[in-house]
Amino acid sequence: MNFPDTLRYTKEHEWLRLEGQEGVIGITDFAQDSLGDVVFVELPAAGATLTQGQAFGVVESNKTVSDLFAPVSGRVVAVNETLREKPEQVNADPYGGGWMLRIALARPDEAGALLDAKAYQALVASEQAK
Amino acid sequence: MARRTPLYDAHVALGAKLIEFGGWDMPLSYSGAAEEHQAVRERCGLFDVSHMGEVELQGARAAEVCQHLTANDVAKLRIGDAQYSVLCNERGGVIDDLVVLRTGAERYVLIVNAANTAVDVAWITEQNRGRAGVADRSDELALLALQGPDSEVVLRTLTPAPLAALRPFAAIETAVAGRLAWVSRTGYTGEDGFEVLLDTDDARTVWDAVLEALRRRRGLPAGLGARDTLRLEAGLPLHGSDMDAETTPLEAGLAWVVKLRKGDFVGRAPLAAQAESGPPRRLVAFELSEPAVPRHGHPIWHDGTAVGTVTSGMRSPTLGSFIGLGYVTSGVSAPDTPIAVEIRGRRVPGRIVNRPFYRRVRQEQAR
Repeated sequence: MNFPDTLRYTKEHEWLRLEGQEGVIGITDFAQDSLGDVVFVELPAAGATLTQGQAFGVVESNKTVSDLFAPVSGRVVAVNETLREKPEQVNADPYGGGWMLRIALARPDEAGALLDAKAYQALVASEQAK
Repeated sequence: MARRTPLYDAHVALGAKLIEFGGWDMPLSYSGAAEEHQAVRERCGLFDVSHMGEVELQGARAAEVCQHLTANDVAKLRIGDAQYSVLCNERGGVIDDLVVLRTGAERYVLIVNAANTAVDVAWITEQNRGRAGVADRSDELALLALQGPDSEVVLRTLTPAPLAALRPFAAIETAVAGRLAWVSRTGYTGEDGFEVLLDTDDARTVWDAVLEALRRRRGLPAGLGARDTLRLEAGLPLHGSDMDAETTPLEAGLAWVVKLRKGDFVGRAPLAAQAESGPPRRLVAFELSEPAVPRHGHPIWHDGTAVGTVTSGMRSPTLGSFIGLGYVTSGVSAPDTPIAVEIRGRRVPGRIVNRPFYRRVRQEQAR
């Protein structure tokens, strides 16, 4: 399983990629693998305001439905509309074509509190051991 | 701790993702549920369904007990015939659905749902009142399901049985990979296929042999994820989700297994009364016109009124649309009736459609 060093992670299995004053959000390789084949993703509209930790949408496989939580606060500036037609991109390319939101960061310092790849990998290992 | 089938080690070795289902550790998927689903629709797939229960009724009065317990007409069964049926309570509610397989002159095997096995055995024992021998054979028997259009071609490399002559719901006692088994032309996927009932000790040998033969046809081992999407596309109800002890087989669209004229059986009186008055609600199939996953328990609306509840739902791998089953009041159960399913507070529009969602194209028998 792949957890890029360049990303920050949440305990709820979202990732955040910082790009200047913006951040791109998706779910991790572990999350997509646990869900199985993703069949539906529900995301907020561009312009919505999110607070760190807030549930902002859902990702569903036929087996299960899972909430999505905002890794940081900010305003949604772009939504990956292709997931409406091709939700399976979340499985195929969780850090690329499976991205979900781009947000303008309200409090850039929040990102510092997220997990780095090493800490996230340890979290995944402990969940797999359960 | 959850129970394990005799094929647990085989699943682990294949890298299966495991889940607990009905008290058992079962494979959810191996290579991926969508891929396994497609393999079964287009080629073939192999399922371990050894978690299912087997209850044997035996003796001079076995047929009588079976006739008393199940709603379908057991008198029609010759040795080697299988029959889909339901086990009802005194109110006509479905305790379980099952397949009755006649394996001898005075011998029947009832193949029941894993999660219900203990309840079924207790009910059968109580209703039997000492007339037949009742034995829970679930621990001694394993069950494999080989499903998909290439199933016959795969299986005939492993058995001397004349499979081409085996009609749907017919069974034969034969050898598979050198081990004694009952092979029936049955399944739960909407495809042609076979189920192989055999001794637990032989399960691994036969599983490995079928898997090897299946791989030559680009078939796949398939898990419960694919099993659920396949059965739902085929419009087959799942006990515990789409029906239970509080729903009657008439409400669940299973009037065809309720033989009111065969004589008395458990639940006959309330079922006869409901057949007369018409069931107040019916299990229907529906399709949504927008993406959203309907789930068990979601309310169903019609014309601003709550008319029922979703019992199963998914994105259909074959159709690509979002479909489900649910109960609605009989007045709004006709195909093409517009409905809406309430999903996280939003009413997603759709309509009632004919069951099944998917029907296989019957092919010339493979040569």
